[in-house]
Amino acid sequence: MSVTVEGLTKKFAPGGRPAVHQATFTAPSGAITTLLGPSGSGKTTVLRMIAGLEAADAGTVRLGALDCTRLPVRERGVGVVFQGYALFKHLSVRRNIAFGLEVRRRPKAEIDRRVEELLALVQLEALGDRLPDQLSGGQQQRVAFARALAIEPRVLLLDEPFGALDSRVRVELRTWLAELHRKTHLTTILVTHDQDEALELSQQVVVMNEGRIEQIGSPDEIYDRPATAFVAAFIGNANVLRGTVKEGQAALGAHALGALGSAPEGSAVQAFVRPDEVKLARADPDAPAMSLGLVEALTRIGGFVKVGLRLPSGERLTVELGKAEFEALSVSQGDRVLVDLGGAKIFVEDYSI
Amino acid sequence: MSATGSDAIREPALVRYSAIAVAIAFLGLSVVVPLASVLVQAFGQGAGRFLAALREPETWAAIRLTLLTAAISVPLNTAFGVAAAWLIARYDFRGKGVLTTLIDLPFSISPVIAGLIFVLLFGRQGLFGPLLEAHDVQIIFAVPGIVLATTFVTLPFVAREVLPLMQSQGSNEEEAALTLGASGWQVFFRVTLPKIRFGLVTGVILCNARAMGEFGAVSVVSGHVRGLTNTMPLQVEILYNEYNLVGAFSVASLLTLLAMVTLVAKKLLERSKAVRR
Repeated sequence: MSVTVEGLTKKFAPGGRPAVHQATFTAPSGAITTLLGPSGSGKTTVLRMIAGLEAADAGTVRLGALDCTRLPVRERGVGVVFQGYALFKHLSVRRNIAFGLEVRRRPKAEIDRRVEELLALVQLEALGDRLPDQLSGGQQQRVAFARALAIEPRVLLLDEPFGALDSRVRVELRTWLAELHRKTHLTTILVTHDQDEALELSQQVVVMNEGRIEQIGSPDEIYDRPATAFVAAFIGNANVLRGTVKEGQAALGAHALGALGSAPEGSAVQAFVRPDEVKLARADPDAPAMSLGLVEALTRIGGFVKVGLRLPSGERLTVELGKAEFEALSVSQGDRVLVDLGGAKIFVEDYSI
Repeated sequence: MSATGSDAIREPALVRYSAIAVAIAFLGLSVVVPLASVLVQAFGQGAGRFLAALREPETWAAIRLTLLTAAISVPLNTAFGVAAAWLIARYDFRGKGVLTTLIDLPFSISPVIAGLIFVLLFGRQGLFGPLLEAHDVQIIFAVPGIVLATTFVTLPFVAREVLPLMQSQGSNEEEAALTLGASGWQVFFRVTLPKIRFGLVTGVILCNARAMGEFGAVSVVSGHVRGLTNTMPLQVEILYNEYNLVGAFSVASLLTLLAMVTLVAKKLLERSKAVRR
């Protein structure tokens, strides 16, 4: 079942900046849609409004064809997995999972059968009688999933589901979630600030910033064709370089990049280039669109090397090279290298008059 | 780290033992000796005299009245305390600060004043006095007044125990229950109540102890009608003033016993909570 929100707006403090402003998007049926953004971007508030835990000031929420903007939480039939798990600490794992069925007064036999199925689905068959406090974080999170799935929800809403876990468990659970989704095909909305999570898991990404939607698209679109300067900077931890428009190109120090068409001469330009998109070469004065950078720092991190460069403009640039690539380049601290910013995304500020 | 602390923060043996000795001596003089003397006075002339003293009709009436008062006040304050704590912890509304302060008021007011308030309201010369008299309803110098005064004095206990618990626990679990389809009452009985149960029971125990032991406020509204409006603490005073020492200390020891049962119950509760963690 698809989820459509239209013009969703929420203000917590009267007169303050809206936490969410005019959010409109559709989460397609059977897909994972990710709301991605830094903390305070309003993504969790959107999720809570879809769940019905927060009332929208304006706008509508539809589940399939059903307008449920005014529907109370308990009648929406949404499964929610909360950031801090929110398991019932006084109930065993089994009773936690059974909760949604017990309050619906389903027959005992049916509840027992369903709980066993779900325990198997989340691979916790042996731990059904434990209390939540006796489980690891990852196990607790899987109980939270089972509990949400028990009510056969129309959609699954996940609020930073892996936020409190250490990085190894996060990656494991990510794979597990992808598998779970292949089995259930539930329409899923995932809130996260972790772009790797968003790019790996979802079919659609909604990037949010300061309560507004910046871009909606597939993970590849978001990564390859950022629609706004914010998305360009946020995705892939891009370097930011500033310059001006000169003869229809972005002039960044000695670099001239892009074809900006009718952009007014002299407007401010921002260029975003990801650490892995910069190409370095040993000094070769004939190559176009290149200039020299001073190698300030070299940090080896496992299989790649982080190169800290200072450009002639004084701006700093972080570049990541594969180990083999770095060895082929063979530079050391204090050397000058040719910098190719060919992959940079360029945004002219205030161009959209 | 053990419960007694690390070596680094431990004092020299001499300091430790003399500090412990001082504490025990002080506790012995101020608590153990008086408590023991109550029991000695009560049982000094044999258990038979003790039981006979409790079987005095007026004393027996005082015991019943005390139980009745507690049986009304404690449930009232439990319901009110939980409701008020729920309201304050979960919602933002105008006057929230005022309500929170008002809940504490009975703690800060002298019990005698608390009693006087009700005399001024419902006494013959009071605000509602003529109205009550016209309908032949007696509140002051009667059981309703005693219940009212006791309820007033013990009002904060449950709310004060439950409120910080609710505030620190937040409402994530309640939200989860709602998304799973629980109704408001189901959320309360299946999620909120179990979450606050230890604080709630502690609050009820303390509330009950105070309800049974309250002297000042009840003394003002009771009128000391023997066999009718005397609670146990008032009965103790009357018997004592009449030099009926065995009687006075018998009732007193009963009250003391109640206090000790209360404390032991509270302690057991805390221990079972610690085990669960």
